[in-house]
Amino acid sequence: MSAASLSVTDLRFRYPGEHHDALHGLSIEIEAGERVAILGPNGSGKTTFVMHLNGLLSTQSGEVCIGDTPVVEEHLREVRRRVGAVFQDADDQLFMSTVREDVAFGPANLGIAGDELGELVERTLERVGAGGYADRNPHHLSGGEKRRVAIATVLSMDPDVLVLDEPTSGLDPAGRRELIDLLSSLPQTQLIVTHDLPLALQLCDRSVIVSGGQVVADAPTAVLLSDAALLAEHRLELPMGFDPSKF
Amino acid sequence: MSGAHGSTVSRIFIPGDSRIHRLPSETKLVAVVAAVVVMAVTPRQEVVAFVLYAVGAWSVIAMTGIGLATYVKRLAVIIPFVLFAVIVPFLGGGESVQVVGVSLSVDGLWATWNILVKAGLGATLSIALSATTRVPELLHGLTRLRVPRLLVAIIAFMLRYIDVLVEQLGRMRRSMVARGHDPRWLWQVKPIASSAGALFVRSYERGERVHQAMLARGYSGVMPVVTDRQASLREWLSVMLYPLVFVVVLVVAVM
Repeated sequence: MSAASLSVTDLRFRYPGEHHDALHGLSIEIEAGERVAILGPNGSGKTTFVMHLNGLLSTQSGEVCIGDTPVVEEHLREVRRRVGAVFQDADDQLFMSTVREDVAFGPANLGIAGDELGELVERTLERVGAGGYADRNPHHLSGGEKRRVAIATVLSMDPDVLVLDEPTSGLDPAGRRELIDLLSSLPQTQLIVTHDLPLALQLCDRSVIVSGGQVVADAPTAVLLSDAALLAEHRLELPMGFDPSKF
Repeated sequence: MSGAHGSTVSRIFIPGDSRIHRLPSETKLVAVVAAVVVMAVTPRQEVVAFVLYAVGAWSVIAMTGIGLATYVKRLAVIIPFVLFAVIVPFLGGGESVQVVGVSLSVDGLWATWNILVKAGLGATLSIALSATTRVPELLHGLTRLRVPRLLVAIIAFMLRYIDVLVEQLGRMRRSMVARGHDPRWLWQVKPIASSAGALFVRSYERGERVHQAMLARGYSGVMPVVTDRQASLREWLSVMLYPLVFVVVLVVAVM
């Protein structure tokens, strides 16, 4: 497993038929192995942004690079191997009839087959603490289990960058803690889109606030979360009684 | 939430370790289809042949070890056919017989017998197949039988998401009931119709999201085959012996 840097320069995007840019000149540089929280209100362009990272939306203007590789049509295959995207609703991510097939889907598309594939699936499930789940139906997993298996479905492709959209939404406290333990143990560069500010503080040294399709703040998480005026301006709120300085 | 309740689809499978359970799924599929075809083309007057088929089908059920109660319960799927079939002798024309004072068409009685025996035996074999084969194995079986992968994928997605959809429908229904909706009459059907529309839109959106999740993991239009072993020639022969016996019965019967 390795990590890659990520660079986004002046990214602009407008959905067909809309009059406003969803992304309005977004730029960000992320070091290899860094974990960065992407914060921001609903509709700020966070999801549009992350969908550019593996080419699910193609750039209209600006540039996205994973390491030295620009995210363009001719590199899509490589980019999608290197950038593992974990979607918000695990039911979208787990679409096969068994956990095994779901975890095998990505590597099988990369041409891995036979015993090698079987071992890879077992190993990856062990890695996320879901060993022995291989033959289960994804529908029968708990929320926390689904989320970990969803991460396994991209880890099996040996990505350099992980992009996680709201990884803790809908999890119970223990499931949330297990997920945090898992993410903090992974070496990949991680972009975590979240409304869960304590999660950002716990996992990410650095956070950026995306608002109106732009990066409006980029600072160490502890500093950023201590700026009450800035948070309020972008509809972000810490849980009641939570003091980031005492963390 | 999911989890605690088994899904509709996976409940059909009954875990076990019978010989039928262990057979490769594609051999079972082909054998069942072949046997059903043979039964379907057997002329209805060949009662002896049907008795032999029944002995064959029931012995398979016995071998699966699913139990008589489960078998009978599942056989209930043919009730609609039964209801239709019992009407026929009253409506049929031609020669008739008197049964406790009621005139029944002979031709109609034969038609009833024909429907009942064929539906019953076909359902029996399908029950044996579905109770002993997990859904993913059935899908792998289809793949190994060279059924187009896209078609198998469509079936797989339907089975994967049917429970998600049913849950979604349940949530929508509960939210309607929670706001005082109590549909009893036909003119109250509007919310149900509109929720069906909403469900369609949600399913469509989910389809798009799933497609994106597939693309994100390198999907390029061809479902990857994650398949294990092929059935051996010996397994094929041992299973196909079964429909072959049916064929022999049929040939002897019509000669």
